[in-house]
Parts: sequence; structure tokens; C-alpha cells
Amino acid sequence: MDLISEEKMAGMTAMEKIRLILDGVKKGKIIVLERGLTPSEEAKLIEMTMTEITPEDFPGIEIESYPSSQNQKLIDRIFRKPVVRTRLTVIGPANQLKTLRKDRDLISALVSSQ
Amino acid sequence: MGLIKRVKKNFSSIFKNLFKKKTAKIGIYGPPNAGKTTLANRIIRDWTGDAMGAVSRVPHETRRARRREGVTIESNGSKVTLDIVDTPGLATKIDFQEFMAHGLEEEEAKRRAKEATEGIIEAVKWLDDLDGVILVMDTTQDPFTQVNVTVIGNMEARKLPLLIAANKIDLPESSPARIRSAFPQHPLVPISALEGQNIDTLYEEIADHFG
Repeated sequence: MDLISEEKMAGMTAMEKIRLILDGVKKGKIIVLERGLTPSEEAKLIEMTMTEITPEDFPGIEIESYPSSQNQKLIDRIFRKPVVRTRLTVIGPANQLKTLRKDRDLISALVSSQ
Repeated sequence: MGLIKRVKKNFSSIFKNLFKKKTAKIGIYGPPNAGKTTLANRIIRDWTGDAMGAVSRVPHETRRARRREGVTIESNGSKVTLDIVDTPGLATKIDFQEFMAHGLEEEEAKRRAKEATEGIIEAVKWLDDLDGVILVMDTTQDPFTQVNVTVIGNMEARKLPLLIAANKIDLPESSPARIRSAFPQHPLVPISALEGQNIDTLYEEIADHFG
């Protein structure tokens, strides 16, 4: 399992983050991101995952993140600055990580070895 | 983005609202088997007399996005013309063995899996080219699926309108209230796309939100 800090991810481009995640997951790792991905990065991750799925070896990923929230500061609302507060995210191989239950503030998952 | 750029962008969105486009491009999104194509068929049939595509109990029946242009919906004095895009079900995993469990032969299951991955890529790419989304959720399932979280997050980040169609209320285990409490910030209409329950309320909301 790799637990990746917000600081490490902050210095990376979207594609670097996605590559780091997919390379790790394809090696069988569970990746925990302290501050998650932005919604557009999540969409990009889904897209990239689809290009790498192979019937026998890699069925895809299980990803669970808490819903993100918008910045509520008055100055940001005036200028409609789209600040999205992302939250902790867990990603793993679909055949090893299974979400049991999820709500706004709790993710319950089962991790198994291959 | 710098301050000047942001102010410029906001002025541009005000002007856009003043001279609103006559047709909005609306995507129907959701996880596999939530009832997206059933809903698309219902809307197209009610307002044009045609149908959009085939439906099936096997997941990923829709593997190509389909667009129907110029669907005019009138409700409560409001009128809106939409281009409706029925998208393949979004997922983060595709296992061909799941299709085999539905009775497909291995080769056909693998082909379907491959086409499903391409369909999902297409659905994600459509997100960049829409004016709004109808997110179809299955009221018998947990609302906090990653697909729902990702689609809602993308719409909120782009400040685009989103309407939740809480589908399958004809089933006894249905719970639209669970979805409403999960995503209270977005309008929600409980419906049965299959039975047509509450569909007029959905049309009112569509005319209101996307008009």
C-alpha cells in the first residue's frame, strides 16, 4: 500500500498523477491519496484506465473518494473562482479492492491478495 | 487563472445568458443499468414518436454515444429544444466474466468488454462538449458510487446545470430519499423511466433547468 501525501501530488501534472496511480495499481498496490484528485483528473483517470484494460490481466480499478466540495469564501463566489476541495481517495486493482459501504464520510472496503 | 481573465470569463457568461442558445446539448449519464437508454427512449418517444436505442439486462448494452438533435419539450408554459446525448454507462472496471455470467460466450463477452471500454472513453470525452447533464441514478443502489461522485464533481467544477433522475421508483426497494440526502445541492426528480411514473414532473424540471 502506498500512502501519498498532498505535497507530493501538488507538484505533479494531471498526467503524472494518473501514470503514478495506474503504474502502482497494475503492480497490485493499493494507493491512498491524502487529498485526492480533482473531478477532471478523476474523469481522465477513468479514461486512461479504459485504455489499459486487458481481459486476462487487468480488469480496471476500484476507486473511492468522498464527494468534493466547493469553496464557499465570499470573494471566490463573487469572482466565481472554481475552487474544488478534494478529499481522501483510495484506488486499487478491481480484482483486489472491493468497496463494501460508502457514505459522505466513511469508506468501508475489503482488500484481498491475488 | 488571473483576476482579469476570471472577470472576463464571468462577463462572457453573463452575455451568453443574455443571448441564450436556443438549443442546449444535454448528456444522459450514469452507471451501467441505471436506465439511461430507457429514459432516453421515453423522452424521444414522448416528444418525437421515435426511439433512441435497444435496452437489455446485460450491462453495457449501450456502447456508443447516440445523439438526437432538436427534441422540443414543452411544460408549464416553458419550452426548450435539446440535443439529447445518450451515453454508455460509466464504470472504472470491465470484467468480461461478468458478461459470461449473463450467458454470453467467452469470445462475445471479450468483444463486448472491449467495446464497453471504448464506449466509456467516448462518454468521458462528451463531458467536455455539453451544456448540462441528466444524471440517472438507480434508487435501489448506494448513491455514493464513484461514477455519481465523478460526474457531479465535473458538473460542479464547470458550473453546468445538473438534474438527477432518481430512477426505478417502481421497484419496492427503491429509496429516492437516500439520493436526496446524499446530494441535497442538486434538483432531483424520482421517476420510473420504464413505467413513466412522474415523468411529467421531470419534463417540468428539464424545461426549467435547461431552458
